[in-house]
Amino acid sequence: MGIRVIKSGMADSLRDAGRFGFQHLGIPPSGAMDNVALQVANILVGNPAGAVVLEMHFPAPQLEFNSPTLMALSGADFQATMDGVELPLNQPVLVSTGSVLKFVKPLSGARCYLAVKGSFEADEWLGSKTTNEFAERGGFQGRNLQKGDWLAFAKPFSYEVEESAVMPWTANVRELYPQGPCYLISGAEYELLDDASKQCLNHEPFQIALNSNRMGYRLQSAPMHLGEYKECLSSGVDFGTLQLLPDAQTILLMADHQTTAGYPRLGHVASVSLPSLAQLNAGDSISFQLIEMATAESLFAAQEKHLRQLKNACNFRLQEYLSND
Amino acid sequence: MYGIEKNVEPKIAAFSSDNLRLTCSVEKPFPYRIYPIGDQAITIDFGNLIKDEINAQVMALFYWLKEENLHGIKDIIPAYASISLVYDGALIRKWAGHGLAYQYMEQYLTNALQQLDLLALPSTRELLIPVCYHQSLAPDLKGLCEEKKMDLDEFVAIHTANPYRVYMIGFLPGFAYMGSLDERIVAPRKRTPRTHVAAGSVGIAGVQTGIYPFASPGGWQLIGQTPLSLFNANAGVPTLFQPGDLVQFEPISIDQFYQLKNNPS
Repeated sequence: MGIRVIKSGMADSLRDAGRFGFQHLGIPPSGAMDNVALQVANILVGNPAGAVVLEMHFPAPQLEFNSPTLMALSGADFQATMDGVELPLNQPVLVSTGSVLKFVKPLSGARCYLAVKGSFEADEWLGSKTTNEFAERGGFQGRNLQKGDWLAFAKPFSYEVEESAVMPWTANVRELYPQGPCYLISGAEYELLDDASKQCLNHEPFQIALNSNRMGYRLQSAPMHLGEYKECLSSGVDFGTLQLLPDAQTILLMADHQTTAGYPRLGHVASVSLPSLAQLNAGDSISFQLIEMATAESLFAAQEKHLRQLKNACNFRLQEYLSND
Repeated sequence: MYGIEKNVEPKIAAFSSDNLRLTCSVEKPFPYRIYPIGDQAITIDFGNLIKDEINAQVMALFYWLKEENLHGIKDIIPAYASISLVYDGALIRKWAGHGLAYQYMEQYLTNALQQLDLLALPSTRELLIPVCYHQSLAPDLKGLCEEKKMDLDEFVAIHTANPYRVYMIGFLPGFAYMGSLDERIVAPRKRTPRTHVAAGSVGIAGVQTGIYPFASPGGWQLIGQTPLSLFNANAGVPTLFQPGDLVQFEPISIDQFYQLKNNPS
């Protein structure tokens, strides 16, 4: 019982909420880029919110289900189809044996997440099942999926249907992705920026460059400078840290970031904005808005609350639906 | 044997071994600054200096925090002169009452620092690491010796004279930033980083020395190589080095290098 990879995508990898507790040894968390989509996909199929999911980019893989399951897609819209029929995002789908999942074209977003009920079987390393490509551990043999791989389900699902069917409820995710500017908490070296650079950070667009990946987004903007040069010692950094590089451009650290770095820290993306950020593609623009810590914390708390409510509602619907038969 | 650690007396003096000429004191904390590095991460910063005494305080605090194991702290990252904590904002906020999770963490760190001098430090491990300085494994050594007008043996003698402290781990899994180098062999990073540095390469950069655990790009000047494997994904603690370790290098011949490399015990 599981999924056969008929065709692999650009970088399909198994991800959970991240490997924590080992950053003092230089081992990054490497969790899902879009932590909200990870949770929504899991919640829709009744999994723990941080269970292992498949993170996909476009071109996305072609997957054949060799046993029935309950699945859900969340995050980017790659126009998914099941046996040729279009599938919605953020809705659970009962899958029949032999169904083939394909993705036609990227309509919006950068990363799509697939969850199945009971989750995938995955290698555990240092307390997490997320992939670490450097150590070649976790996830699916510590690497991205390849054609022919067999992605096993961790638990059997015995609800067999003749034809795949979309369940009649949707997770409303609109409020989980704040529109507009990317919220930023000012960093330790922000005040050292000269006035023009502060203007730039607060008012100019930043474009995501082509050489951006899960480690970091390279941003292109008007050049920025510190009023006074400051040598920084390396110290701990986090997902969302915005650093000023020697070439006067910036880099935003993402899920596979190094654990420490020594460039001036201009700001740190607020948790509530990270999922939206993770759904941007090279060429997209970001504008930043500085917010206070109190605001960042309440926005994050509201997002968490929304996810809890979603979980309660989904569990209720699932129980009702799956037990009525 | 190589790589096997011995434990030094577990007390404050663990960070003041005489051969390092340390005058460590954890009685009075160094001046510090606490600031956020996100809304779920915080840093306590003891300044912008690579200094044994400051790093000793960082390690004391690091091991104290690890021991405390406060629920909701997801990672503790020590560096040269700072510690960063990654925390679960939702959880910490519950305990913060009407305050912010950040304020709770700020207070927690301040209190921790005040309690430090009451506590015994964990023991420091000493590791003996064989390094081969043969020119086939040390592409920058000859040039450095010429530049500094010293012969190779002298350079090696200086590099292996005293143990180094693992100030922090970062850049790559298990990459230990060690120091401080004797000023006679201090050298800047290479102007153009190499695209490929072999795993096990020993490098120097400024007052630091370190070993690449994996083959990777790198800008440090390469002066030797260890045959030991610094990363073992199958071990419970996958990295050979841990923050706070003392590392003594021992020069070995090229024959010994390949012997150890081919027959890791």
